[in-house]
Order: sequence, then structure tokens, then C-alpha cells
Amino acid sequence: MIDLITKNLPALQVVIPLMAAPICAIFNRGRLAWTIAFIVAIVSFAISAALLSQTLDGGVISYHLGGWAPPIGIEYRVDVLNAFVLLIVSGIAVVTLPYAVKSVAQEIPQEKQGFFYTALLLCLTGLLGVTITGDAFNVFVFLEISSLSTYALVATGAERNRRALTAAYNYLIMGTVGATFFVIGLGLLYMATGTLNMVDLAHQITLRGDSRMLHMGFAFVLVGIGLKLAMFPLHLWLPNAYTFAPSAVSVFISATSTKVAVYVLLRFMFGIFGFDYAYQQSTLQYVLLPLALLAMFAASLVAVFQTDLKRMLAYSSIAQVGYMLLGTAFMTQTGVMATVIHLFNHAVTKATLFMVAGAFVYSVGSSKISDLKGLGRAMPWTSAAFVVGGLSLIGIPLTVGFVSKWYLVQAALELGWWPIAAAIVLSSLIAVAYVWRIVETLYLHSPSPDSKAKEAPLAMIIPMWVLAAATVYFGTHAALTSAAASRAASTLISASNIIWQ
Amino acid sequence: MIAIDGSTGILLAIGIPLIVTLFIAAFSRMPNLRDASSVIAAVLTFLVVLDLLGMVNAGQTPSVSLFEVMPGLVISFSIEPLGMIFALVASGLWIPAAIYSIGYMRAENERHLTRFNICYALAISAAIGIAFSANLFTLFIFYEVLTVSTYPLVAHKQTDEARRGARTYLAILMSTSILFLLTAIIWTWSATGTLDFQPGGFIAGHVDPALVPVLLALFAFGIGKAALMPFHRWLPSAMVAPTPVSALLHAVAVVKAGVFTMLKVGVYVFGVDYLSQTDASQWLVWLASASILIASIIALTKDDLKARLAYSTVSQLSYITLGMAMATQMGIIGGTMHIVTHAIGKITLFMCAGAIYVATHKKKVSELDGLGREMPFTFIAFTIASISIIGLPPFAGAWSKMYLMLGAANSGQLALIGVLLVSSLLNIAYLMPIVARGFFAPSPVAAHSLGAAAADDGKRWREAPFLCVLPLCLTALLCILLVFEIGPLYEFLLHIPILPEVPTP
Amino acid sequence: MQEVVFDLEFIIGHYNYWLFVILMMTGLYITVSRGNLIKKVVGLNLFQTSVFMLYISMGKIEGGTAPILTGDPNTVYSNPVPHVLILTAIVVGIATTALALALVVRIREEFGTIEEDELTEIEEKLEFAEQGDDAIPVSGEASVNKRESGGK
Repeated sequence: MIDLITKNLPALQVVIPLMAAPICAIFNRGRLAWTIAFIVAIVSFAISAALLSQTLDGGVISYHLGGWAPPIGIEYRVDVLNAFVLLIVSGIAVVTLPYAVKSVAQEIPQEKQGFFYTALLLCLTGLLGVTITGDAFNVFVFLEISSLSTYALVATGAERNRRALTAAYNYLIMGTVGATFFVIGLGLLYMATGTLNMVDLAHQITLRGDSRMLHMGFAFVLVGIGLKLAMFPLHLWLPNAYTFAPSAVSVFISATSTKVAVYVLLRFMFGIFGFDYAYQQSTLQYVLLPLALLAMFAASLVAVFQTDLKRMLAYSSIAQVGYMLLGTAFMTQTGVMATVIHLFNHAVTKATLFMVAGAFVYSVGSSKISDLKGLGRAMPWTSAAFVVGGLSLIGIPLTVGFVSKWYLVQAALELGWWPIAAAIVLSSLIAVAYVWRIVETLYLHSPSPDSKAKEAPLAMIIPMWVLAAATVYFGTHAALTSAAASRAASTLISASNIIWQ
Repeated sequence: MIAIDGSTGILLAIGIPLIVTLFIAAFSRMPNLRDASSVIAAVLTFLVVLDLLGMVNAGQTPSVSLFEVMPGLVISFSIEPLGMIFALVASGLWIPAAIYSIGYMRAENERHLTRFNICYALAISAAIGIAFSANLFTLFIFYEVLTVSTYPLVAHKQTDEARRGARTYLAILMSTSILFLLTAIIWTWSATGTLDFQPGGFIAGHVDPALVPVLLALFAFGIGKAALMPFHRWLPSAMVAPTPVSALLHAVAVVKAGVFTMLKVGVYVFGVDYLSQTDASQWLVWLASASILIASIIALTKDDLKARLAYSTVSQLSYITLGMAMATQMGIIGGTMHIVTHAIGKITLFMCAGAIYVATHKKKVSELDGLGREMPFTFIAFTIASISIIGLPPFAGAWSKMYLMLGAANSGQLALIGVLLVSSLLNIAYLMPIVARGFFAPSPVAAHSLGAAAADDGKRWREAPFLCVLPLCLTALLCILLVFEIGPLYEFLLHIPILPEVPTP
Repeated sequence: MQEVVFDLEFIIGHYNYWLFVILMMTGLYITVSRGNLIKKVVGLNLFQTSVFMLYISMGKIEGGTAPILTGDPNTVYSNPVPHVLILTAIVVGIATTALALALVVRIREEFGTIEEDELTEIEEKLEFAEQGDDAIPVSGEASVNKRESGGK
């Protein structure tokens, strides 16, 4: 029995949440649905932890779905990189769900809560599936599962603000366009190589050499993923979606969905096309690098002028995605490592901050910055968590943000790209501006006299502080994350190198 | 006293101010206990640091490593003479500063005192952390902690003006540290593979000599707390803070942390010998000189007492930077000594300014006429400290200036002696008028005839509360006492390494 | 290839791609340009359908028959894999359309319109009302808002 479970861990990772989702829908009782979802999240987390521990030494688990051998059958392929991402996604799910209890109770009507958790589980399924699968088309399918459920989740914010509906609609249109671009790209790749298995794709690309079809396929995939990960000019869906979604959804998707998209980008660029290909044939850094820099500056600047905390955080997310793209554009071991470690670090930081925003929404009924005056006194724990998360966003030492920035700057310096290194530190100064605006509002303004704000309930404070503590813990003990990220980077690189030689 | 070993001592010195924040928070509704715990913590910390001094004098090098943050980057502490001096200054001056803030803040009926005391203690802890850092990484962490923890202090009054000032404070300190200092540290790390301070420096041979001045510039400007022009604006704008905070900023922790870092980088990252060989710091010599003179001239034009003192600080800090940039042993010794003497002098001046404000609510130099006769203690202390800052014997400041001049002579740059002399004259020009007005100018009775009528004994103003006056008298006394202790201090500072250690076969 | 400027055979030989490109561009254009939310969905459907065409036509092998085992080893089969993939993609497409239409219905209920420019107008008013008079005045805010709504 145990043996059976351990052998089928990769499949269980996806199947369990997938199966649990309809069960939630059938029962459709808020409490029960939540319990199921929480248990599933914990199980998923345990599985991904087990997978990571199995792959941390550089090993690869190849799981043949239904016993069909690749490249015909679908393969689930776990190496340290996607085990790491799996752990991030399921870990965020585990902390989001306890947090969701109170905020969902306030924001979603009782009779719809079962469906809400169904959608959340489907979203989790999709994200885990995208990450774990070794089949390119499978990526598309899971990407759409997660996206469709995310559209629905964002739309449930309509109970609080009807603009959630238009936000969800716009997200749907842009997301679907992106997904379709992605499929076109896959089609072209299939035409060029005759396979969809990632490892086999990489192999065939080496065998058959460069072709115009590959170029086109690569471009379509890049744009499609770019839409999903809110690469700078393709980010327009993100601010409203994050702003008007229910608090728990903002927390979950801000910490996971763009991260998974970045993972897919890494996998395609380096795992399939290979380091040399992406670098030489497509001269990618002329596209990615400027876009990343633009995102870092433009989105941060826009964030400074926002009047709503959640929207400000959303723009900051776009800027942070810029950092991840930048690490990718370096095309070095350290650069990829910086990206991977920033995946984790940003997920933890942004989830903390969105939890804070959600707690404000819960207690004050608004996330407008002007409504947060003087809350540092009435809501000390929530406000302090904001300070921790904000410092991490800036990249102050002892927080995870610093670790990311350290590796990013180091990657830039290794290449001798001084202006880029300067740009990284310069753009983090803009973060000081927008974070500090909030800190000032919280602590240095007197509260409005008729404010009856009370500290958020414990069910929100505890998950928030678990993440805030993680922000500090992994900021001071980065050996663990950096080892995983470094192995992930070298796995990705060595895989592509072996194929090329 | 219980005997402690070196590593416990270091942790205690940093930990006591940290732990006391919990007490302060717990006693937030009992003002007496809360304030007392600050003072007790200050005394305890100072005792621990004295204990550590004993160990260093006995030839030990207490050190401790905490944990590894990133591979190769460890939070660790180790004590050498330079850091020992800074820790002594920071913890020693915390005692009068803590007493003074009780007197001042209560007299001014300031609010949010719990937050104030907590941040104050945090800042001290960070300063001691900086002093004992064994590598650049640890130093940087505590440097940032110091910035963040002093921000609420600067913004303490929560007025628009205070918020603006605090914003400038944070913006300049944080942007310089992230933009330049962090870049410099990462550069050093990728060039040399280590960040541990080493006697005689570890840059030599790893960085292209042509780029060494650039690296030095990144450090010099990155250490915004040293207020080197043109990154000095934060210091005057932080003047909106209550006076005890200004004392903390100017004398005890913040700016001293800046110049200390400057010296530390000069001695233990670049190496004095290496700097003097490569002339990498030559430009810094002239920038620091310009900074000294320009800031002194600006100080002359300021009528606001605290603003004048602030620019005086900018100018005096550049003395220390200059001492490092000269790259001679005497320069380093003079600079370090100046940390001590300037700290004691400046804290006295600021406490006097605060005492005057508490007693009379006067802020401007031009309003001080005749006050000296009514507040004799305050003004005598002010006079002593002024003379010490100017650098006239028989007060402590004379020594540090003398060693700086010796350093200038050793480096063969006689023009620097000229700079130091001119600057001393400027010091006289902006400090002495205050004393003169206080003691010799006639009181503007006419303008205050109503007030004068109210007071029968002819005195319109009284001294500030006892708790305000006591500490400033103590520090003024210290200015005098230190003159006699300068010999041992000099001996101690001779231990600062100039050359790289020759590995013994 | 370089001396032949106009290769008719090449163009005709790839007619399925031309159809795909035209259909795809039509769909994408409708999605982007139309203000009516339903029409946008229609455009999206066209766009997706074009991809189905691409996949199906790429699986076709000249002279090949449907991939059902005939028992004759000489039978040429079309490639079944793209067809299977497209089955999945069609399901995804239907789900997307259904969700989009459901959203349009809800938008119509809440806002009373499904025209994008009218929606933008309402949203701008909402944004204004949300900010109210107690908002912290920030310079450059107006331009930021304009930029956002321009992107919708």
C-alpha cells in the first residue's frame, strides 16, 4: 500500500485536488468544502515535500501516466526545479486556506462558498499540473484549467465590488488570447519535431537543427507565456484582476500563478530550446532584457501613484516579474538561480502583503490608502506584517527580498553589466517610495475619529505571520533556498548542455 | 561582577538593548518603570562593553559567529581596537542620553514615548552591532537596521514638517546605502570572494588599480551616514526631531556609525598602506576638505541653533573622513580620536540646545542674548564643549585635531594643515558668538518687559529641569577629563593595523 | 529560393496555412477592435477555431485515411495525435466561451450594458466616487487612470 502510494506520488499530486474539487461542489456547504480543501492542500504539500526530498540530490523522477511510455504517452517529470515550484504552490495553498475562512465568510455568500472552494481546488490542480508535467501540450491543458478557474474566482469578487466582473472578463479575453498563442507555438513545434514530450522535443531540436518553424514556435510560445506571466506590455489584465478579486484569491494567485508561468518560461527556454539556442539563435536578451527593465521602472513608478493598496501591490508584482525576467535574460547559472530564488521569495513576500491588504479590507472594509490612516495603533499585528513584507519588497537585509537582489546584482556583475546592476538597485529605490507611503499612512497619521477598526481575527493574523516569519527566516537562512535554486539552475542548464554536446 | 567570556560579552552588548525593548513595551503604561529600564539597560550595556575592553587590552580578540545567511555570508562579530572605541562611545553616551531624554521628553509632554524608547534602544543595539561586525555583510545589515530604527524617531512629532524631514532622512540614507554601498559590497564579494575584515585590507591584487578609486567612491558615498557632501542633506532635515534624537543622531549612533564604517573600510578593506601606495584616496582628501570648509561656511549663515550645529557636524565628520583619506597612521588615529572627542562635544552642545529650548522655547541664535547669565550651567557647558570642538586646549578636542594635523604632515600635504587651521577659525566664528551672546549681550528687557515684571528676582528664565541639566554637565566634565586620558587612548589606537599581517611561518 | 521572387507553387501548396492566418487575424482583430463584449467572444472563438484548423490540417497526410486500424499493413494513416489534441482544445474552448458568456450576462445585470465604452465610462465614475474627496492627492494620478482605462 505504502509502496503503491510512493510510486504514484507524481500522479497523486495532481489527481487528489482534481478529485476533491467536484466533491466540494457536490456537498456545497461552506464549512465542509473548506475542510476538504484544507486537507487536500496539506496532502499536496506533503507530496511535494516528498518529491523535493527525492529530487534534491539532482535525481529525476519520470512517471508514465497510465503506463504509456513517453514520447507517446504523457510523462510526469519531476526534477529539483519543478519540485521546488510545486512546494511553493502547495505551500501557499496551505497558508491561504486558513486565512480564507474569515475573509471568504465575509466576502462570499454562504450558498456559493462550496463552489468557491471548488474553483480554488481546480486552480490548485491546474497550477500543480502545469508544473509537474513533462508534456508540452499537457502544459496547455493545465494552464487553461487554472486560468478558467482563476477567471471565475476573480469574478466572485463582484459581491464586494462589481468591477470584479469586468476585470475577470478582460482577464479572460487576454488570458485566452495568450493561451491560444501558446497552442499555436506548440503546433509549430510539433510540426518541426513531431513530438510533444519536453525531453524528446529538446532531443529532436538538437537532431534536426535550426529552422524557421522553430523560430516561429518559440516566438509564439514566448508571447503566450508572456501574457500569462504579465510580462510588461502584456500586463494590462493584472492590476484590476488582483485589485477586485476576493482577498483570499488575491493572495493565492498573486503568489502562485505568475510564478508558475515564469517556471514554464524557464522550462521552455532552457529545458527545451537549450541555453545556447535561446541565447544565440534568438538573441533573446535584446527582447527580454529591455522589457524586464521597463517593467522594473515603469510598473514601480505607476505603483507609487496608486490610491488603492491592492492595486499598488499589483503593480509592484508586475515590477517583480520584471526582476525574474531579468534573471532569465542573463542566461547564466547565477541569473537563472536568481530567478528561481526570486520565485520563492516573491511568492512569500507578496502573499504576506496581500494578506495584510485583505485584513484591512476585512476590518476597515476598504483597501484605499486614505482609509488606512493611523491603523498602526488599532491593528498593530497587521501593520507590523506590512512593514516586514514591505522591507522585503525593498530588499532590506534579513528579509528574503535582499537575498534575491543579492544574487541578481551578482549575476549582473559577473557578466560585467554595470548599468544593469545599477538599474536593479535603482529600481528597488522606487519600492522604498511606494512602501514608505503606506508605512507613513499607517503609523504617522492620526486615525480618523470615527474609525472603529479592530485588529483582524486570529485566523487571518496567524497565516499572515507565518508568511512574515518565513520572509525573515529564509532571509536569514537562505542556504536552504539558495541550494535548491542553485541545483535547479544547474539541472536546467546541464540538461540542455548534454543534449547540445 | 560576573566574569563573562568574549563571545557572551559581544552577544550581551548587542542583546541587552534588544531585550530591554521588551521591558519597555511591557511597561508601556508605567512611565517610571519604562524610563528606568532604559537607563538601567544603558548602564548594563556600558559595563559589558567595559568588560570587553578589558579583554581587548589583555590581548584577546573576542569573536563570535551566529549563523550563515547565504552560502559564504555569515553573521559574525569580532572586536578590534577601532570597533572597541566606537562601541565605548555609543554605549557610554547612551547613559547621559537616556537620562536626558527622560527630562526632555517629559518637560515637553511628548507622546508615544514607548515607541520612542524602543526605537532608541534598537538604534543603540544596531550601533554596537556595527562596531563589532567582523565582515562587511554583518556591518551592512546593522547599518540598515540603524536607518530603519531611527526613522520613527525623526518623524516622532508626526507633524507634516516632521514627516517631510523624516522622508528626506530615509530617502537619502537608504538610497545611498542601497545604490552605492550594496553595489560596492557585492563588487567586493565577486572580486575577492570574501567580505571578512582583515588587517591591512584584502582588496590589493583583486581589483584593477585603476578601478580602486571608483570602488572607494562607491563606499564613501554609499556610507551616507558619514554625511560627506553632496549627500549631507539628511542631517539638517533630521533636525525636526526632538533634541534627544538629534543627540543620538549626531553624537552617539548614526553619524558616528557612518564615519566609523568609513574608517573601518579604509583600514580593514582597502588597507591604509595600500591606499597610500595607490593614491586611490587622493580625490577623497580634497572632497573631504571641501566638505569641511563649505559646511562650516553654511553653518555661519544659519540662525537656527540646531541647524547651525547640524552643519557643524557635517563639517566635523569630514575631518574623520579626511583622516582616513590621508592614509597615514596618524590620520587614522586622529580620525578615531575625533570620533570620541566630537561625540562628547557634540552631544553636550545638542543637550544644551535642547535645554535652552525646554526652558525658553527659543530656537534661534539671535534670541539667546543674555541667557547665559540666567542659565549658567547650560551655558558654561556649552562653552566648554564649543572650545573642545574648536580644538583649543585644554579640552579633549585639541588632541584629535593635533593628531589629524600630524597625519597631514606625515602624508606630506601641507595644504591640509591649512584647511584644518582655516576650519578651526570658522569653528570659532560660528560657535563663539553663541557663547558671547549668552554671556555678554544685554538682555532684551524692553521686548520682554511684561515677562520681566512677572519675575521678581530679575531672572526671566530658569534652568531646564534637573534631568536635562545633569547629563550635559556630566558630558562637559568628560570633555575636560578626557584631556588627561588621551595617553592611554593613543596607546590603544596604535594597535590599529596599518600593514597586512605577515603570516608567521 | 532567393532568385524566385514569386513562387506560386509554394503559395498554393501551403493554402491551409493561408486560411489559418486569415482566420486567425480576423478573429484576433475582432477581439481587439469590437466594443461589444459578445462580439469579442465571437472573435475569440474564430481565433481559437483557426488554431484547430492548423492542427487538423497538419495531421493530414496525402492519401492517408482516418486512423482506424484496417488490418492492411500498406494503409497510410493520417497522424491521429493532432486530432486528439484538438479534441482537448475544443473542450477548453467551449469552457472558455461558456464562462465568458456567463460573465457577460452578469456584467449586463450589474452595469446594464455590454458596450465597452459605456462600461469604461461607468468604471471611471466609480473610480472617482471610490477615491472621494478624502483621497491623498497625488500628482500625475489622472494620467495614470487614463492609461489604465485606455488599456481595457
